[in-house]
Amino acid sequence: MDSIADMGGTRGWGPAHPPRDDEPVFEEPWQGRAFALALLSIWVSGQNIDAFRHGLERLDRAAYLSDGYFGRWLNAAELQLTDSAILAPGAIDARARKLSGEDVAEPPVPEPARPQYAPTARGSLRTVDTAPAFSVGERVRAKDMSPPGHTRLPGYVRGHAGVVELIQPAAVLPDSNAHFEGENPQHVYSVRFGSRELWGADAEPFAVTVEMFESYLETTS
Amino acid sequence: MTTTSGSGGRMPPALRTEALEQLLTERGLIDPKAMNEIITEYETNVGPLNGAKVVARAWTDPQYRQRLLEDGTAAIKELGFFGRQGEHIVVVENTATTHNVVVCTLCSCYPWPVLGLPPSWYKDPAYRSRMVREPRTVLAEMGLELADNVQIIVRDSTSEVRWLVLPERPAGTEHLTEEELVPLVSRDAMVGVAKVKAP
Repeated sequence: MDSIADMGGTRGWGPAHPPRDDEPVFEEPWQGRAFALALLSIWVSGQNIDAFRHGLERLDRAAYLSDGYFGRWLNAAELQLTDSAILAPGAIDARARKLSGEDVAEPPVPEPARPQYAPTARGSLRTVDTAPAFSVGERVRAKDMSPPGHTRLPGYVRGHAGVVELIQPAAVLPDSNAHFEGENPQHVYSVRFGSRELWGADAEPFAVTVEMFESYLETTS
Repeated sequence: MTTTSGSGGRMPPALRTEALEQLLTERGLIDPKAMNEIITEYETNVGPLNGAKVVARAWTDPQYRQRLLEDGTAAIKELGFFGRQGEHIVVVENTATTHNVVVCTLCSCYPWPVLGLPPSWYKDPAYRSRMVREPRTVLAEMGLELADNVQIIVRDSTSEVRWLVLPERPAGTEHLTEEELVPLVSRDAMVGVAKVKAP
């Protein structure tokens, strides 16, 4: 789905920040705990990493940005846990208010409703019986589409032509797996786009490669 | 980043994190020990030192370098590094005329087994949005000026494929051993926003 998470080429974010050598992994203790909780919540909710990324995609601007990277992980974890009815909506807020000294009623614990989902193997790599539809060096076009559900097709390449640079191992399709509609494994291609194809004649000269699932691509003819 | 006040009408993230941890542990849904192990793993054990060992080996062992560029995942596993976010790692080489730089425009995908968790600048919307639109400008803002004849290739990590940059070995390090090279190899050079400097 089109969302704030799809940031490639968007404007208004200010200058890039030079790296710092002294940056801790977790600047504040809650960030490490939110990170671990989010990883474990994927499993507790009976979901998968694609559903987690779809959770990130579904956050509104404030939920995505205001508390930074680990804040958005926390918010996506909450979505997964409420979607699977591990937590009632508002349960985290109510408990947080209690912790801060407010006198609030907590919602009752719901009956868990995890999705009908079981991976066919560990991880995301799979084998596909059919040969890749596209070959290295072939010119291909990213489909100009805007799926309503999860996708890993970035907006900035849609409708643009590039060249297959590498064929990567086949993998689970996030678009269906995020919704527990099957792994639908596909060939994955690293497609190289020229900067002027993407951004026009005045663009800096450079190339960008994007990993594309086979169903994201079409022939250019 | 704030911890004392919430945002978007939410309670502060530190409190909400504590609330979530309580809600899951009191029902036995997560084991606090497993949680602490994950935190320790990424705070202490897994970090860019792993990647630096890979790079230093590649610089001093031509056969390893070749294996690394042909099958990054397998060559990295030879040194004992694998795990979450490292299912398939592709290694690309930076040279005097080709400069690879890695980004994830859709989230912040990053090769955890060799670099640990991503630094703040990698997760920054400015980096994620602009690296695929004006990388030369962004690199200059981050302190890396590239000559005009250097071709830039940006690697946008949109699938489970993860990218690691094999930086150019700096001149003046020919006499150094693999062990002496390791501390020179920075995280930033292995993402492609810096070069490795001779000591």
